Amino acid sequence: MVVTQPGELHEEHEHEHVHLPQHRHHFETEEQQREAASFGMWLFLLTEIMFFGGLFMAYLLYRNWYNPAFVAASHTLSIKLGALNTAILITSGFCMAMAVWAAETRKRKALVNFLGLTNFFGIAFLVVKYFEYAEKWHDSHIPGLKFSIADFGKLGVDMAQKTQVYYSLYFAMTGMHALHMIIGIVLIFWYMVRANRGEFTEGYVAPIENFGLYWHFVDIVWIFLFPLLYLIDLGAK
Amino acid sequence: MSTIVSLPDQSTAALPKRNYLNAEHGLLSWLLTGDHKRIAMLYLISITGFFFLGGAFAGLVRLELLTPAGDLLAADTYNKMFTMHGIVMIFLFLVPSVPATLGNFLIPIMIGARDLAFPKINLLSWYLYLIGGTFTLTALVLGGVDTGWTFTTPLSTHYLNTHVITTGLAIFVAGFSSIFTGLNFIVTIHRMRAPGMTWFRMPLFVWSNYAASILMVLGTPVLAIAIVLVVLERTIGLGVFDPAKGGDPLLFQHLFWFYSHPAVYIMILPGMGVISEVMANFSRKRVFGYTAVAFSSVAIAVFGFFVWAHHMFIMGVSNYSALVFSLLTMLVAVPSAIKIFNWSATLYKGSITFETPMLYAFGFIGLFTIGGLTGVFLGSLGMDIHLTETYFIVAHFHFVMVGGMLMAFLAGIHFWWPKMTGRMYPESLSKLAAVTTFIGFILTFFPQFILGYLGMPRRYHAYPADYQVLNVLSTAGATVLGVGYLLPILYLAWSLKYGEIAGPNPWQATGLEWQLQSPPLTENFTEIPYVDYEAYDFEWLAHKQKQEVTTVG
Amino acid sequence: MSDLHHDPANITNPEHHDHHIVGPSTYLVIYGTLLALTAITVAAAYVEMGALNPIVAVLIAVIKATVVILWFMHMKYQSKLLKLTIGAGVFTFLVLIAMTLSDYMSRAWGLW
Repeated sequence: MVVTQPGELHEEHEHEHVHLPQHRHHFETEEQQREAASFGMWLFLLTEIMFFGGLFMAYLLYRNWYNPAFVAASHTLSIKLGALNTAILITSGFCMAMAVWAAETRKRKALVNFLGLTNFFGIAFLVVKYFEYAEKWHDSHIPGLKFSIADFGKLGVDMAQKTQVYYSLYFAMTGMHALHMIIGIVLIFWYMVRANRGEFTEGYVAPIENFGLYWHFVDIVWIFLFPLLYLIDLGAK
Repeated sequence: MSTIVSLPDQSTAALPKRNYLNAEHGLLSWLLTGDHKRIAMLYLISITGFFFLGGAFAGLVRLELLTPAGDLLAADTYNKMFTMHGIVMIFLFLVPSVPATLGNFLIPIMIGARDLAFPKINLLSWYLYLIGGTFTLTALVLGGVDTGWTFTTPLSTHYLNTHVITTGLAIFVAGFSSIFTGLNFIVTIHRMRAPGMTWFRMPLFVWSNYAASILMVLGTPVLAIAIVLVVLERTIGLGVFDPAKGGDPLLFQHLFWFYSHPAVYIMILPGMGVISEVMANFSRKRVFGYTAVAFSSVAIAVFGFFVWAHHMFIMGVSNYSALVFSLLTMLVAVPSAIKIFNWSATLYKGSITFETPMLYAFGFIGLFTIGGLTGVFLGSLGMDIHLTETYFIVAHFHFVMVGGMLMAFLAGIHFWWPKMTGRMYPESLSKLAAVTTFIGFILTFFPQFILGYLGMPRRYHAYPADYQVLNVLSTAGATVLGVGYLLPILYLAWSLKYGEIAGPNPWQATGLEWQLQSPPLTENFTEIPYVDYEAYDFEWLAHKQKQEVTTVG
Repeated sequence: MSDLHHDPANITNPEHHDHHIVGPSTYLVIYGTLLALTAITVAAAYVEMGALNPIVAVLIAVIKATVVILWFMHMKYQSKLLKLTIGAGVFTFLVLIAMTLSDYMSRAWGLW
């Protein structure tokens, strides 16, 4: 007889091979279920590529159209904070990878701790981001809400206006990225509770693995955002 | 007239004691179900509701156009009517129509699986659809939206005070519903096929839904981000598409049509799958050139991503790139023609019978061919500049979407209704409905080709008196069409209780789904089958039936 | 992989023959590589290379992303189907870029 985990529905089925309580009735084998889940997650990431793809397309166009505005506006960002955040996010990704390893090797305590660390760095990233946004607000660099071209006088009025496109993209791209982080952080809290109950260290690691894929994808988006938004033409600064 | 319909003896026949419909009882057992067949039924009910809502808007539009003067609806009300008609019909009816109902019901059974790979996500996608629908209705009740279904910037961002944000969110949410459906199908088709069910043994319906799913997964997110940027521009004034801030309104259209052109293939491909099934079954032949038809679906999906700017020829795209897009557009005609020719070749020397699904399928072939060929006119750069934004284009996409897709949807519903409910509908009435629909359709939309050619622009509530005769014809046709769509609702509802018992295989079809009881069990198969025959192998079926007679009978 | 990290009885997934578990030592190496590449990309941005600057920046980002995908996301050990899936995403993204730019670039020849 199979032991049923608390909170997990167990379906009656008559296959003879050994199976885990999380095995859903409509899958023939564990492997089929595991591969389906991972394939599904990758397909979801595919949609994410295209979702951010639209923004990167807009970036590519306007960067070419308004290069001076992009250079000047990007120089108002703090490269130190940007680089710090990149490091924070990579660290968070490393912790996530370790969490997956802990789940696979069935270390319950380690799993909970690594998930906690992942979340800690994720939240730290958002805190830094908050200070960056606050600075933009203070400097009136938020198109639509609070914007002035005072800082870009030497570009000429026309090109100075175009810095609004840069900031629009900056907020749209980092905002969408931050939204994905927030969703991830909420999910991690939930996974920590479940991991603490030992749900993922008895052989059922798919949720952690698949969440890991999501988290790493969000990292990758930032890996592109950092050079594209912060590191434009620094030699001329 | 000969028929292949074979129903069990009605005096002894009964519905199977255990099936997916009576497995559980109560509203909650439906609302929380994970069963793909029940979710398909939920979808069927909800898209039918939205279809008639969208139809009501179309009715008002046609009624306004009965007379040249703008006397029934004010100009802005008229704009809201055609906008709501477009949004409801495209996002809430056509996109989910065949995949979410028939696809949901049939794909797992056709490939020999017990359910889709992710039942909970399947249910989630229905709820997302409902939330999208609710947002649309909210926008409607609050006063509507009049951007047209295309949300063209800067009209949608700067010049309108209607409910663009609410509708935008509706489409965003409904888009995720369609992404999750597509994702579920792709995983299911890759990972859940029964032993022996190789790619080239799958019914063509599965192939075409697979191709449509790829488009859903890859295209829809681009629409989502474009809509998000419009909403952000309206709410907080972000400037990605705002010319005053340096943005380019045309970029929105590039992103929008990057999804919305493939979206027409999301709508039509599953319909083509239905036609393949129906054609093969009612000519008692394997689909001619099975492999070519299978790959033409994938080819349509791939080419679909390379042609979107033909919607933008008059909007200021560069002439050079318009040339390239025009040329690439012609490419799409090739796989579409492969399908039409192969279906025709399937008929050749087949034992053709004319049951209701086949009548609808014939309607599809005729109307889709006209719709497709006029699409080639419109894809030609020079012609398009003359014809675009006239009634010619309205007629073109209604021939493809209504004459093509809706006919295919109805063909599919009539074909699989006995499987879904276990009961037959009254055949003579349904044939009448099929013929009425066809006549009503031709009467409604054929005059619009001429109107467009004469230069009547779309999206105006008034027109010069010279155009009245053709407009009256069109409105009269719409009335007939309305009757054609109401009839199935009536007799299909009637058949739920009073229809004849259909038995497992009323059409003598070869598909895996027809070898099960009707309606099927919740788990579809008591034992996962081993598939050792190709799709549409009628000899295999005849052999099997002979065996049954000798061993069981 | 060392036996320490390899699941010898394959209990993690009884039916899967070669479920590959990547261990901490590999992850540490990857972590270090990513941090180093971040430093390099910042440094490279300060070197004036004209049009090459954004190209180098994107190139380094692509390398970083590939490293994350291959090891953190285990793509190195996955089936062809999953590799093809990412390929499809990248391909469609490139179609979006290329076809859209075909409009913008040919609107003003020579100015790009």
